[in-house]
Amino acid sequence: MKSALEIAAAVRGGQSALVAVEESLTAIRARNEELNVFLYVDEDGARDAAARVDEQVRRGEDPGLLAGVPIALKDNLCTTGIPTTCSSKILEGWQPPYNATVVDRLVAHGAISMGKTNLDEFAMGSSTENSAFGPTRNPLDPARVPGGSSGGSAAAVASNMTPISLGSDTGGSIRQPAALCGLVGVKPTYGLVSRYGLIAFASSLDQIGPFARSVSDAALLLEAIAGHDPLDSTSLPEPTPSLLAHVADGVAGKRIGLVRELVDGADDDVVRAVTKAVETLKDAGATIVELSIPELHLGLSAYYLIAPAEASSNLARFDGVRFGNRVDGDDVTAMMEATRTAGFGAEVKRRIMLGTYALSAGYFDAYYGQALKVRTRMIEAFATAYQQVDMIIGATTPSVAFEFGSKTNDPMAMYLNDVFTIPTNLAGEAAISVPFGTGEANLPIGVQLLGPGRSEARLFAAARVLEIADGRA
Amino acid sequence: MTEPLSRDDVAHVAKLARLRLTEDELVRYTEQLGKILVHAQDLSSLDLHGVAPTAHPFGLVNVVRSDEVRASLDPAPVLAQAPDVEDGRFAVPRIVGEAP
Repeated sequence: MKSALEIAAAVRGGQSALVAVEESLTAIRARNEELNVFLYVDEDGARDAAARVDEQVRRGEDPGLLAGVPIALKDNLCTTGIPTTCSSKILEGWQPPYNATVVDRLVAHGAISMGKTNLDEFAMGSSTENSAFGPTRNPLDPARVPGGSSGGSAAAVASNMTPISLGSDTGGSIRQPAALCGLVGVKPTYGLVSRYGLIAFASSLDQIGPFARSVSDAALLLEAIAGHDPLDSTSLPEPTPSLLAHVADGVAGKRIGLVRELVDGADDDVVRAVTKAVETLKDAGATIVELSIPELHLGLSAYYLIAPAEASSNLARFDGVRFGNRVDGDDVTAMMEATRTAGFGAEVKRRIMLGTYALSAGYFDAYYGQALKVRTRMIEAFATAYQQVDMIIGATTPSVAFEFGSKTNDPMAMYLNDVFTIPTNLAGEAAISVPFGTGEANLPIGVQLLGPGRSEARLFAAARVLEIADGRA
Repeated sequence: MTEPLSRDDVAHVAKLARLRLTEDELVRYTEQLGKILVHAQDLSSLDLHGVAPTAHPFGLVNVVRSDEVRASLDPAPVLAQAPDVEDGRFAVPRIVGEAP
């Protein structure tokens, strides 16, 4: 499949948008049953949208940055007219009454939604094994997980069903599956992309971002969806930054911090890839500064109090009253209990209870309150680091894609997958995972580049240097 | 610290969260949540006196829009997605008992 940039150029030049849409539908038919990528394929909607884009071109109008580009949407993004499930039984069959802002922006830029992709239920997980509708398989090795929680959106791009897709990243849910599927994945600065219509998991951490096979396509997609939205009170007021124009800027003169805590504990193949990436950036003119940020070690513990605390509050709205499914009970409390008990899966219940506990009387200060102070420490530690360097490099994940069932019995082992990605969410900053080399079983490895808020252009430029060196120009 | 939370704690939390647990689940969640909280206890040993908490990365202040009437969601498609509706409103089972 062609890149998003190539498809948009062809469609703007007069090629029917149906060409890429039919190619996408063929790829989906070929592997969706095997891989369980899409929960819903919007065949009719995609063809209608393609016809509208063609009509715009015929009238001499520009359909936009993503003219005729097929895209896959994580199924926690609200879409009118088709279901949104969050991979949960509690929302099975629900059709949102409004679109997420990112969905409206994609349409305004001529993109074509092919449908909704699988995720860990309510985006809680690192493997898609927590989906109520079965796991997604890694297209590169179907015996292994694609990562999560945005595993379906990663697998859609990795299996050439679509050139680009959208996921959401609360603790690594874009970057980790991107690393495990050999893709570029971006966690944008908190507030850069509107969260309106993204079903909330942990509101102070959630951010929507792109998956793509190339750095340029990821920059293109982020540019299309970023920007202020009055419907999201946490949306940054500044205008959308220019990203695609800076992809080829390189890293000459840049100072890049190699942070020990973002490599420690990773498998040897992953460490080797990071080391090689550091050499590559040095050869391209960057100065490497070795750093230690001990506060990062506290990230995982703080995250697994803050995110469940926010989730326990956000998921209180699923009570069988206004939307989703209901299981009857004698009175309203019994109805709510029956609905939530039947509707939520094991991991969601675990996190709701963990969060409820961390916020409950007598424990609030020791757990949630302490975690919020650690968050302050982490933000300060990053700020100090960014006085010395322009960006930071480390691993995205401790290992390549793992096999199904290998971490499902031990929640803590699964949570450790996010140890390198969580600090960025806690700090509200930007990070990108770019594939660089392969490791065990010839599977891809992701290298992570982190920067302060609104440093995306710089990160894309560095990622592009690695992409070229990796032979994926 | 030994057991960070007891079976009774988990039962209490489940009740607060409107979840019903089976005996098996109660045992399993007590063990699993305990393991996670042991990890979280790394934090309780830190001296963070005088550190301000961060609930939000960019220290948000209230964002208000101008006080002008504007369209909200059309009730019909919203109610069409509800589990039970009566007279254009969400319907729920009885909340208070029969009048004596």
